[in-house]
Amino acid sequence: MNTRVLVAKVGLDGHDRGIKVVARLLRDAGMEVVYTGLFQTPETVAVAAIQEDVDVVGLSMLSGAHMTLAPLVVHALRERGSEIPVVLGGIVPPQDLDELHELGIAAVFGPGASAEEIVSTISGIVALSA
Amino acid sequence: MLKVSKVLERGDDVAAESAQERWRRLFRKETLRPGSFATMSSIPLAPVYGPSDGEFPGIYPYTRGVHASMYRTKLWTMRMFAGFGIATDTNARFREIIRAGGTGLSTAFDMPTLLGLDSDDPMSLGEVGRCGVAIDTLADVRDLFAGIDLGNITTSMTINSPAAVMLALFVAQAEASGVARARLGGTLQNDILKEYQAQKEFVFPPRPSMRLVRDTIAFTAAEMPKWNSISVSGYHIREAGSTAAEELAFTLANGFAYVELAREAGLSVDAVAPRLSFFFNAHIDFFEEIAKYRAARRLWAKWMREHYGATEERSWQLRFHTQTAGVSLTAQQPEINIARTAIEALAGVLGGTQSLHTNSMDEALALPSEKAARIALRTQQIIAHETNVANVADPLGGSWFIEELTDEMEREAEVIFSVIDKMGEGSMLEGCVRGIEENWFQGRIADSAYELERSFNSGERVIVGVSDFLEGNDDTDLATLRITNEDERKQRARLQQVRLDRNTAKVQEALQRLRHEASDASVNLMPALIDATKAYASVGEMMSALADVFGRYVEVPTL
Repeated sequence: MNTRVLVAKVGLDGHDRGIKVVARLLRDAGMEVVYTGLFQTPETVAVAAIQEDVDVVGLSMLSGAHMTLAPLVVHALRERGSEIPVVLGGIVPPQDLDELHELGIAAVFGPGASAEEIVSTISGIVALSA
Repeated sequence: MLKVSKVLERGDDVAAESAQERWRRLFRKETLRPGSFATMSSIPLAPVYGPSDGEFPGIYPYTRGVHASMYRTKLWTMRMFAGFGIATDTNARFREIIRAGGTGLSTAFDMPTLLGLDSDDPMSLGEVGRCGVAIDTLADVRDLFAGIDLGNITTSMTINSPAAVMLALFVAQAEASGVARARLGGTLQNDILKEYQAQKEFVFPPRPSMRLVRDTIAFTAAEMPKWNSISVSGYHIREAGSTAAEELAFTLANGFAYVELAREAGLSVDAVAPRLSFFFNAHIDFFEEIAKYRAARRLWAKWMREHYGATEERSWQLRFHTQTAGVSLTAQQPEINIARTAIEALAGVLGGTQSLHTNSMDEALALPSEKAARIALRTQQIIAHETNVANVADPLGGSWFIEELTDEMEREAEVIFSVIDKMGEGSMLEGCVRGIEENWFQGRIADSAYELERSFNSGERVIVGVSDFLEGNDDTDLATLRITNEDERKQRARLQQVRLDRNTAKVQEALQRLRHEASDASVNLMPALIDATKAYASVGEMMSALADVFGRYVEVPTL
């Protein structure tokens, strides 16, 4: 079965270039991709991920609110008994990486991450959590 | 002393004033800035070069620049966009700028303010005061401009969906401090069309949003003679992934739409066009960008004069601000972004920009640190004061390559205009709105972004530090700015206090009037908004009252 990915924009950040490009690249790699649209809350993302029965959730954040919002998405999923892994892409300072991993973010993709890197990392995470 | 090259003086005089004669007459009227206008090795330079029967700066269609003397009279304005934290923090920065001789303020608002939300809204979590200053009520605007004479400074406010609300707050604060609205000078970004197309900070659906834009255009035309009503912005369209030609065409088409909107409100094209300014991206493809700016001026002049019947020269002249391309910056080896930004800034200057913002090297990692922002400003100062490129207007004009690329940009834009015109059945205003409603702009931008990304991934294009030349990528000791959530807590407490101190009945009455007037499209909403701000209604409350009537826009998620 194909890997299913929910890509989501949480909070007020309207930058959607990256998420749309990555969604298409994941499709090109044979994954099934669902996009939530803009201005989601951690709760709406968690509910959508569970309903859509996805293998991984991909967040895109470029406004600087990732330290507040990304862990809340992980929390909203776990609260609902879901172990779906969460990955993050966007503008993330290197010094935030360790803390994000501790808070349950499975991988972080910075600007310039290649399609190959994103696809192989997501495939690896899905294989591990299956 | 005026120096005109021999090439220029060779032209045969004709009975009617030629472009060259007219240019010379305009140029002589200009007061030049001090300087020798020669090369480093003392070779004297003419203000412009070219054949006597060619195009000249300051002369229709302005391909070579909007001013006859270009940067010999005045260098471009180095306008660095900034804003952070709570109002008192940004006020301190403003006062510093003024003390240092600055005459213009540029305000960045935080995301909740840009989306018309209060700082205590649950959706504002983690965003308050982060990308700009947090504004909830007139109390914050009072703090923002405390000790600043708004009658003697120009204020640029980068805000779109709540632009009418912010204008109302600004007018209310000015009048409370004894400055009449007619004395206020400045610019609202107020370009809602590109929000749906690219930047995605929208609140209401497109049509009621355009009514608010109409109200601000009509209000400022009638009561604020020194105010620029819209900064028509291609920057965000390009950052969202469009090509250069799409940035050019979508932006100018949006400009045409605002002219038509003003015409519907009873204003002539000559009443509105001089109050529109433009804002373009400076991306890394050096010559393509220069050609884009040249084509933009020529297209705007032709359309204003020939299509919309503008008779004032000010209406034909496209003036623009430039910002270097955030998307061109890399997180890898961030210091090399200084070189990228310098090349992009140079394109803006050689393209004849009126003002320029240079990005900081660390913006692919975080909000800019003070040091990184200073280096970005220094980059402009090197271009302005060391390179001598500001001595000659349109120095690349006449290059076969640049002229052909300019013509090609113009041709591509005209093709796009005809598609938009067709969507609107002869109306650019309708074409732009329908194009948004039918996801046409958004789809084209996403397609172009994807095509570009594929060319990077296939190795067809090189990005230094990303696809090639990786040595040095492990060196990640650049100090970036850290922002805490402390401001968020402070701002929420402040808003709570304002809510306790104000007269709730008066607020409710003002909001009720706003709902009532919003439901009648013939009413201008500015007076009701100004009164509501004076009652200390918050930005979130005013925007919610309007949403009760206008509804909220939900973009259909498409990939």
